[in-house]
Amino acid sequence: MTDDPKDLIACPHCDAIYRSKDVAKGERATCKRCHTVLIAPRRNAGLRIIALALASVILVVGALTFPFLRIRVAGLKNDATLVDAALAFTDGPMVLLSLAVVAMIVLLPLTRFLLTLYVLTPIVLDRPAPAGAARAFRWAEALRPWSMAEIFVIGCAVALIKVADLARIEFGPAFWMFAVLVVLSLVQDQLMCRWSVWASIEK
Amino acid sequence: MGVDREIVDMLTAREAGLIGCRRCARVWPAETSHCERCGLKLVSRDTKSLQRVWAWWVAGIMAYIPANLYPMLRTRTLFRTQEDTIIGGAIELAAYGSYGIAAVILVASVGIPLAKFFAIAFLALSIRRGSAMSPGRRQGLYEIVEYIGRWSMIDVFVVAILASLVQLNVVASIAPGPASLAFALSVIFTMLSAQSFDSRMIWDRQEASLKDQLRE
Repeated sequence: MTDDPKDLIACPHCDAIYRSKDVAKGERATCKRCHTVLIAPRRNAGLRIIALALASVILVVGALTFPFLRIRVAGLKNDATLVDAALAFTDGPMVLLSLAVVAMIVLLPLTRFLLTLYVLTPIVLDRPAPAGAARAFRWAEALRPWSMAEIFVIGCAVALIKVADLARIEFGPAFWMFAVLVVLSLVQDQLMCRWSVWASIEK
Repeated sequence: MGVDREIVDMLTAREAGLIGCRRCARVWPAETSHCERCGLKLVSRDTKSLQRVWAWWVAGIMAYIPANLYPMLRTRTLFRTQEDTIIGGAIELAAYGSYGIAAVILVASVGIPLAKFFAIAFLALSIRRGSAMSPGRRQGLYEIVEYIGRWSMIDVFVVAILASLVQLNVVASIAPGPASLAFALSVIFTMLSAQSFDSRMIWDRQEASLKDQLRE
């Protein structure tokens, strides 16, 4: 093997190595053996991801301030905000669960958007990667499985079905903001080509 | 000889005397200790991986037991207080005639967590003992487990939503039960167990056996 390791790419799932080459925008390079997507750059991905991340930050702040869900039964009603739902666990050790829920549905998604902005903004502006960019992007990637906003939104739908016989649940503005946020982060995830980001950080 | 040449010809980083970063896919000479691009500690094959998988797996099962024994929800209405375990709640829904919802709850809250435990155990055992299932399918199974793992948290979120929303003075109120904490821990431990698994090991055995066959 005489190639410079810098020109190679190893599939993170099965360890097969390939010579990395420039992949055209919109095309995908996948591992021949386990079909993992290795390189998938998109046109203007950086700019679009930045726009989406900014919009997401605004939506999170909005979703925190407006009412989230409202219940009506026989003349009685009750509003719950996102924070109420996250802090529903109050007895003794259950407080830990409240902290975990706040983190998973608000803090971690928000942190990921901010880290993404920090890493990608200078790169898109053709400036050198910011200090600690590798660490920031590492955290953004590590937190990915733990940021669960989309699961929470589906959870709202399940809760609605569960009490449908007893009471009426209405969605407040914060719910819709959160639902849009979920769509935005899915798009953002689709646009992000990790190999390209790491390559630009290294330059 | 029914051997897929292409797979045999495929070189892995380990065979090439190199080491691949599992996070950023950068390739380094074998003696490199940390990826200079993303900072991850480099190991050609994570030999302690299976120990960590099993440790989190056992923790996950241990948390899953109280998650099913204790109540998930405490519902207080005008005249009575009712405590529901996961399975108890589903049985009650079925008794009221909502068979569809009861079935969905049973599959999502009992079937999927159990299937995850079985799938991870199967994958970990297949590394040592080999398996009739092809590496491609086992890789697929692993990706499904990793993808579905976090969705189990939905049960905990539903409890949180119900407990914060259904607070209607004396008429009805819902409080979370201790099972919600145990269930959340079980989900987290199972996610950590799946994340600890070094999927590159799925492919090693196949390489070894195919190369033996070719040599014969």
